[in-house]
Amino acid sequence: MGVEGIGASVVRKEDKRFITGKGRYVDDVKLPGMTYAHFIRSPHAHAKVKGIDASAALKLPGVVAVLNGKQIVDDKVGNLICGWAITSKDGSPMKMGAWPAMAPETVRFVGQAVAVVIAESKNLARDAAEAVVVDYEELPAVANVTEAIKAGAPQLHPEAPGNQIYDWVIGDENAVNDAFSKAANVVKLDVTNNRLAPNPMEPRSAVADYNEAEEHFTLYTTSQNPHVARLVLSAFYNIAPEHKLRVIAPDVGGGFGSKIYIYPEEMVALWASKKVGRPVKWTGDRTEAFLTDAHGRDHVTHAEMAFDANNKILGFRVKTYANFGAYMSLFSSAVPTYLYATLLSGQYDVPAIHAEVIAVYTNTTPVDAYRGAGRPEASYLIERMMETAARQLKVDPAALRKTNFITQFPHQTPVIMAYDIGDFNASLDAAMKAIDYAGFAGRKAQAKAQGKLRGIGVSCYIEACGIAPSKAVGSLGAGVGLWESAEVRVNPVGTIEVLTGSHSHGQGHETVFAQLISDRLGIPISQVSIVHGDTDKVQFGMGTYGSRSAAVGLTAILKAVEKVESKAKKIAAHALEASEADIVIENGEFKVTGTDKAIALPMVALAAYTAHNLPDGMEPGLKESAFYDPSNFTFPAGAYICELEVDPGTGKTSFVNFVAADDFGRLINPMIVEGQVHGGLAQGIGQALLEHAVYDANGQPITASFMDYTMPRADDLPSFKLSHTTTLCPGNPLGIKGCGEAGAIGASAAVINAITDAIGKNNLEMPATPDRVWRTIHAA
Amino acid sequence: MSTVKLTVNGKAVSVDVEDRTLLVHLLRDHLNLTGTHVGCDTSQCGACVVHIDGRAVKSCTILAGQADGASVTTIEGLAKGDELHPMQAAFRDNHGLQCGYCTPGMIMSAVDIVQRHGGQLDEATVRHELEGNICRCTGYHNIVKAVLDAAGRMKVAQAAE
Amino acid sequence: MYQTTYHRASSVDEAAALFAKGSEAKYLSGGQTLLPVMKQRLASPSDVIDLAKIKELIGIDASGDTLTIKAATPHYDVATSDAAKKAIPAVAYLASLIGDPAVRYRGTIGGSLANNDPAADYPAATLALGATIKTNKRSIAADDYFKGLFATALEDGEIITAVSFPVPVKAGYAKFPHPASRFALTGVFVAQTKAGDVRVAVTGASQSGVMRVAAIEAALKANWAASAIDSVSIPSSGLLSDLHGSADYRANLIKVMAQRAVTAAG
Repeated sequence: MGVEGIGASVVRKEDKRFITGKGRYVDDVKLPGMTYAHFIRSPHAHAKVKGIDASAALKLPGVVAVLNGKQIVDDKVGNLICGWAITSKDGSPMKMGAWPAMAPETVRFVGQAVAVVIAESKNLARDAAEAVVVDYEELPAVANVTEAIKAGAPQLHPEAPGNQIYDWVIGDENAVNDAFSKAANVVKLDVTNNRLAPNPMEPRSAVADYNEAEEHFTLYTTSQNPHVARLVLSAFYNIAPEHKLRVIAPDVGGGFGSKIYIYPEEMVALWASKKVGRPVKWTGDRTEAFLTDAHGRDHVTHAEMAFDANNKILGFRVKTYANFGAYMSLFSSAVPTYLYATLLSGQYDVPAIHAEVIAVYTNTTPVDAYRGAGRPEASYLIERMMETAARQLKVDPAALRKTNFITQFPHQTPVIMAYDIGDFNASLDAAMKAIDYAGFAGRKAQAKAQGKLRGIGVSCYIEACGIAPSKAVGSLGAGVGLWESAEVRVNPVGTIEVLTGSHSHGQGHETVFAQLISDRLGIPISQVSIVHGDTDKVQFGMGTYGSRSAAVGLTAILKAVEKVESKAKKIAAHALEASEADIVIENGEFKVTGTDKAIALPMVALAAYTAHNLPDGMEPGLKESAFYDPSNFTFPAGAYICELEVDPGTGKTSFVNFVAADDFGRLINPMIVEGQVHGGLAQGIGQALLEHAVYDANGQPITASFMDYTMPRADDLPSFKLSHTTTLCPGNPLGIKGCGEAGAIGASAAVINAITDAIGKNNLEMPATPDRVWRTIHAA
Repeated sequence: MSTVKLTVNGKAVSVDVEDRTLLVHLLRDHLNLTGTHVGCDTSQCGACVVHIDGRAVKSCTILAGQADGASVTTIEGLAKGDELHPMQAAFRDNHGLQCGYCTPGMIMSAVDIVQRHGGQLDEATVRHELEGNICRCTGYHNIVKAVLDAAGRMKVAQAAE
Repeated sequence: MYQTTYHRASSVDEAAALFAKGSEAKYLSGGQTLLPVMKQRLASPSDVIDLAKIKELIGIDASGDTLTIKAATPHYDVATSDAAKKAIPAVAYLASLIGDPAVRYRGTIGGSLANNDPAADYPAATLALGATIKTNKRSIAADDYFKGLFATALEDGEIITAVSFPVPVKAGYAKFPHPASRFALTGVFVAQTKAGDVRVAVTGASQSGVMRVAAIEAALKANWAASAIDSVSIPSSGLLSDLHGSADYRANLIKVMAQRAVTAAG
């Protein structure tokens, strides 16, 4: 271990390029002869495309081509896929409607592309797009699940009668019915989990370049997982065989899930680049991001919880309608099922759970995983339920939680998950101490004297991360394995390149991953380069999402570096004429233990590459690779407590304090971990107070710019007080659980529990806008 | 088309652009200064902030022609050679950035904030003054820390000059 | 943005002449509203005539009973002007709340009043203080100037040159910002004039743009105190209603913000 090793808050290696304006994002890529794409998008939520007349546009200056949905279908570019098969309770497979990259016949949400203009400049492409005449025949539309499931509702896809994709269940219904029949108290709750727009600050962008002589494509794209993009583009969308398609995701300006998916625009850019014989660039604007980046959440849930006379939970019954939007996005099917319902036990010992999830099409932007993906919805539901129960049962909300915490590990929940380790009392105690929970009543009285309504809200979350054991997810319907790969290359001079299938779009992998190498081999992180985001450099990888890159990606690197160490020790032992078992690595040197004999890493590396004097039979070189497939999910957990004040005159909420006590297992770089928590908390608070992607009854989006969709700004948020309680994850050798999503998962319930505490009324939907809070305060 | 003459990061430049060209596009597309970013269409996110004649403005909301004759500083021109501006250093040292996309505009705005307020900055003021810059990664916690840290460093640097 | 031709005028007369030559010309001042609208292709002027560098349009004068802000003076300069802060602190304060710091460096009072966005801040001060809008052709009283959403008494090609605010006995502004856009969801400017009148103007709330509120004026005239507004009832009819503020919520905000403006005015 050194000053740059595991546990050190090292400043980030990658920062210099970002703070000096030298980052290289996709829109910064310029290729000779490059053309620019502008998409023609449906202004209607549901319509037949009767005809597209591009004749006037084609006569305008600088127009290279106008291409449409019929052409892309005729060219056998595949329809978009959903990569996780879900089976309904009646045994039938999920019912998926066809989603071509541009609509040849029917548009089903505002913003769906029907054609694309390729021109010499961005402005000229947009100018020409206005001259393309699309003849639409409007159809009735439906925008929310409640309306979409009604008899007689407008129908989106012939494949999915009643707009229903699946009706899926988990858990033991009879056991739950038994529990409720024995209950001393039953608590009921209706909850809407509001639809969100992910809004990474960098809009999506793609630059596609077809090389005719080589029949080879290069795609620069804003992706969290370029290898998965290549696989899907190749195997399902028929763009090119994998060896003829290079996908590069350079610096990517945030993702939060929305850049996992392979979108129509990337497919069209590749296809169009071959059609026009020139590179094609598309960069979305913010409105296009609102219209086409996969949204998150959007659940409507009814839940009931049964308690015995001692306030112990007996059973939990949940029915959720999940709005999927107009098409099934890449991992959409898994989000409200295996990423949601499997977490419905929360931190509590719940003997019986039954959940039913009904997935529904509507004429809105497709919905998929957004930071937390299913787990925020589960955590919000459980923690609103616990708060509601505490109020109904007239017990302290923290005490009710403690009464029901799981304290023995491992713990098998009734909904698949087997929690490996945790200490929920420790994190709740830490949070309560940090916020002076005991002194709250006094502070509330003081605030009241000043005309303010003060409230406190607790949220104890658990999530399943380290996604994921391939065999397990395969048995649940996943179309891919969720391992990670790594390669560690020691160069002849002793510097090191680490190739990883993880992708950094803000997470700081270039620093964190180098810290592991520094820790193991005792060299400074400046001697280590992390290579990622290019399918020509890294052999394969699954990318970054689901808080997986440290728990899974870094473990793969550990496996590879262990192999490097093993070979290097053999070389060192041979050079030092010692036994391999006596070699130890200290401060970049291979030493014979108990002696002063040593050889530095660069000399070992040089020996490996000169190969003049290697042990008999050893291959030259010092490079090893590894694939790591986790044995279980990891279970980060923690407690968040929020104290706030509500202005009764305006309904506006102001934070007094926000404390977080998280258990992420081992921390590699605490500074970076805390940064991840801050960002997650901001998104969770944003969901609770500010953010809402809204459609009118006809499927017209109301919030398609920052003028209407409230992004959290600096003055909306407090500074956060963070702390960590630690139980090391037994499932991976580094003991890591993951930290990327926790804040977004746990924060929302703490905020709403606090506001409802402040105003003394329990029914309040997110986002708790000033108008909504004011109305709730003054409602009869 | 018009010819726009301006000083960018201390160098005189002359560029022929369509009159509808925004300053941000002149910088990115014609001068290859791609550190200045575009994050929205409604002049709210602040990823495009540069200094024009010493004032932090949104380069997406000014025509290139309006900047004719002006002196423009972009993120690329903030450091003195290899020596980072104290605000750049403070963002790095306080982990005030993650994906880096909002960072150039955030830093250019933050320099302006400190210049306007001198040593009179506190957390609430910084948060209010950052109203025109949106970050999705950091929750602003470390950005606020960085600006307060830099305010101290800039004061020291000024005193030394 | 559509194609357009950019002109930089060096005098008001030159600007007016350039305007007359253009087929669909528009004046450009700070551009903080016009350019976003043009970027979204919601406006397509043939010519944009830049007023921001015209020297005679820049500056702040406080003399006697009048604060005069010339039309192309940026909000930042008003917010930080010692003269403005001394003459009518509520106007300087209002200017400090417009948009964000980068917008305040560019946006101008003339641009704001010519555009007359129903959620802009300056119309509230202009109407409540009974200011005079001076143009290259005439002077227009605030009471005659505002004609509804984005509509004013300005004739085609007419240029605002300055706004003169009579210095009041007391004035205050309170703004409840729209959570997303940060325009005024409701902003209330209250003023007690030297003639003994009370004038109250509200921005952001009404379907017909900035408006005066007679009921609050009467209550404050009887008793200049926040509590005087307690019993005033504001009807929600005619008020804007949208995602961020229903009409009855805005009606409530008119009252609450008026009370806070009175408290601020002292």
